[in-house]
Amino acid sequence: MQLQTRPKKPPIIVRPNSFLAWIGRAFLILLALVVTYILAQNLIQKPLYFVTNVINGLQLGFVYALIALGYTMVYGIVKLINFAHGDVFMVGAFVSFFAIERFQLHQWPLKVFPSMNPFVAVAIGTITTILLSMVVCVLLAITIERVAYKPLRDAPRIAALITAIGVSFFLEYFGLLEFVFSARFIPYQRPFEVVTWYISDGIHRLENGQTPPDNSIVISNILLIIILCTLAVLVFLQFLVHKTKIGIAMRATSFDKPTARLMGIQVDQVISFTFAIGAAFAGLGGVLYAIAYPSIKTLMGVYPGLKAFVAAVLGGIGSIPGAFVGALIMGQAESMTASYISTPMRDAIAFTILILVLLVRPTGIFGEPEKEKA
Amino acid sequence: MNLSILLSLVKIIVVIAYLYGLFWVMGVKVRPVVIGGKKVDFSLAINVLGVVVAFFIIQLGLTNIGGFQLLNNFDSGLLFQACTMTMVALGLNLIYGYNGQFSLGQWGFYGIGAYAAADITYRWTNGDASGLVVLGTGVILAGIAIWLVGKFTSNLRRMPVLSSFTLYLLGSLIAAFIAIQLGKLLSPAINPLLGTNLAPGPLAQGVWLQVVFFLSVIFAGIFAAEISFLFGLPVLSLGSDYFGIATLGFTIVVYTLMVNSDTILPFPEMRGGRGMIGIPKLTTWFWAFFFMIAVIVAMRDLLHSSHGRSILSVREDEVAARSMGIDVAGTKLMAFVIGSLFAGLGGGVYAHYIGFLSPGAFDFLIGFNPMIIIVFGGLGSMTGTITASFGWIFFLEGMLREVLGKISPEAPSWRYVLYPLTLLLLMLIRPQGLLGNTEWGFLKLPTVPFKNTADEGENA
Repeated sequence: MQLQTRPKKPPIIVRPNSFLAWIGRAFLILLALVVTYILAQNLIQKPLYFVTNVINGLQLGFVYALIALGYTMVYGIVKLINFAHGDVFMVGAFVSFFAIERFQLHQWPLKVFPSMNPFVAVAIGTITTILLSMVVCVLLAITIERVAYKPLRDAPRIAALITAIGVSFFLEYFGLLEFVFSARFIPYQRPFEVVTWYISDGIHRLENGQTPPDNSIVISNILLIIILCTLAVLVFLQFLVHKTKIGIAMRATSFDKPTARLMGIQVDQVISFTFAIGAAFAGLGGVLYAIAYPSIKTLMGVYPGLKAFVAAVLGGIGSIPGAFVGALIMGQAESMTASYISTPMRDAIAFTILILVLLVRPTGIFGEPEKEKA
Repeated sequence: MNLSILLSLVKIIVVIAYLYGLFWVMGVKVRPVVIGGKKVDFSLAINVLGVVVAFFIIQLGLTNIGGFQLLNNFDSGLLFQACTMTMVALGLNLIYGYNGQFSLGQWGFYGIGAYAAADITYRWTNGDASGLVVLGTGVILAGIAIWLVGKFTSNLRRMPVLSSFTLYLLGSLIAAFIAIQLGKLLSPAINPLLGTNLAPGPLAQGVWLQVVFFLSVIFAGIFAAEISFLFGLPVLSLGSDYFGIATLGFTIVVYTLMVNSDTILPFPEMRGGRGMIGIPKLTTWFWAFFFMIAVIVAMRDLLHSSHGRSILSVREDEVAARSMGIDVAGTKLMAFVIGSLFAGLGGGVYAHYIGFLSPGAFDFLIGFNPMIIIVFGGLGSMTGTITASFGWIFFLEGMLREVLGKISPEAPSWRYVLYPLTLLLLMLIRPQGLLGNTEWGFLKLPTVPFKNTADEGENA
């Protein structure tokens, strides 16, 4: 038996400012420099194209924000990646599609009151369609929550996660069936006309069939509607979470569920309410996404759902401004990647950014530092 | 119709009974027999013999004897699929079931293994040795580089993850560069011996081709493992759910690269989204069985070693494990790398059985399947995983496809509606999976071998 062991070399402690610690930072800085170089070069060479990309990214980012809000709230409260959220988003788009295509719901004000101002009629019709989608999504989400998630509230987290995947798959594969939504791309009829403006020397309206002149930036009313809706939702949510009783209950539940229950908060109802709110915004997002990119299919919710979750994580999960900022970053990254690096890589870039950001800030941009594990 | 349902059911039952018999015979222990004054332990011989017999049982069923073949091509396809799925699912069970890291990246490593192995043999049979040379030397050199960097950083404390990742990445890139230069240097020397696709040279047929196939699968597995090392090193330091999302992202990135393998990546033979065709179909039942048994044995022995104990302890409680002196980060990384190695091996076997690789087969939606399989079988149960893999393939792809196909041509797509529902029911009724964490036969904890009582008297 060997009694004497060779004396080990004492470990070397890497100081935070030593060369070895800087290697990793140098790697990140190099990456950042390359990205900045590519962006700056393109900004200088084709500034208008760059601005167009920024606008495209904004449009995408604001839609992602609507989905990310649902993710971040649900994750903040029940610590569950609600994989079915992206499919609720898809259902929202399809509900509006059927409402418009089959029942012409967007035209009901004109049918009932033929003498109405056409602009007001279109606005009311569109809002009705959106509201219908939101209501259906809320009902769907509450059903999912009651049937699938609630019985598993005290089960291990993996059970709930697998259930979420199961629900998501059920919605997707059920939708893929031929008589439900089918697997095809379906052209989506917008409830209102697209109006586009171009900015070159002043703002001009783009007539039908006219191509915008060179050196101009094109903006459509869809972009404005998306931005307005998302900002309204954000303000509403901030008000809801910070000023109302249910918001206080939500924050308390997310902070400490058993104690919240002891304080007389009906935790189950609060969780259902959170799912419902998230689903409503997902439904809104679904309609807006379909209006912006008017071709829908059953699996359309998968990638936006994932990217929105990435956005929520990026901004710091559980934080509403974080989800918004994260979604904007996602939108810009996707738009820039598609234009300047390679179009197919735009699905991949989200996760690369996620990994890099989490390495530097493990709780996301707006996330609070994690508590020490007991 | 009733007969075909019955036949499919019988097949499933027979296959599962076969698996259980296999594990029983692999775990059989017999008392040592005294021959000529010497004690001889026949246990190992019986186990090996049992495996060989088990191999020949299926091989016999696959052989065409006088126009009669017990298992048709459809069944053999299911068997091969089940074998590869077993490897992938076992790897995932090691990562998730035993080590508690929620990984959705298994399918990506599976795809990497499949494409890497397929590329080697495709090039080899088309008169180009560079695939084998570059990937072979590349994985070996990268392994050496990773080992060297690991040696260098092993004595450093509080090394930032990003720094060590950068060092490992640099080492691997240098290794890859050298390997590519070596490939340019060496492959012209081998190429004339390979002939062309239609007129294979001496090295591109017979035993040599089998050797190359074996090497390609092994190298593909190691390649997947090295990529998983580089990817897992930074990503494993994230939290559990973030790790899950990052690995899901990995699968998506791999899928995107596969779709653009002829534009973004310089591999025109992979043909991007159109799918890679012309991969030599080299996987025989022998290879599928061999690799599956190798993976099962390796994983079982790993789990019952001290490394396996530390893997389990990290799942149970990281803080407690750390306080017992276990290198938590290193253990996580080890489990992740070995799990991905298994996935890569499975991918190599799959590619050479199917003969056609399309990125659609490596989509992340299908990538949830191994996760669902291990949850069905029971997290932390090898028996459950293997049974669930075979049951999954034979039930979903075999029985339901056949039975629903008889009802109407569109009905088979209903099976994807049925299985999430089954999953939901399972989660509600039995969240620990069908088998929980029970093991059977060979896969059980090794017991102390039989001791001769007289022997003990002598020693005392």
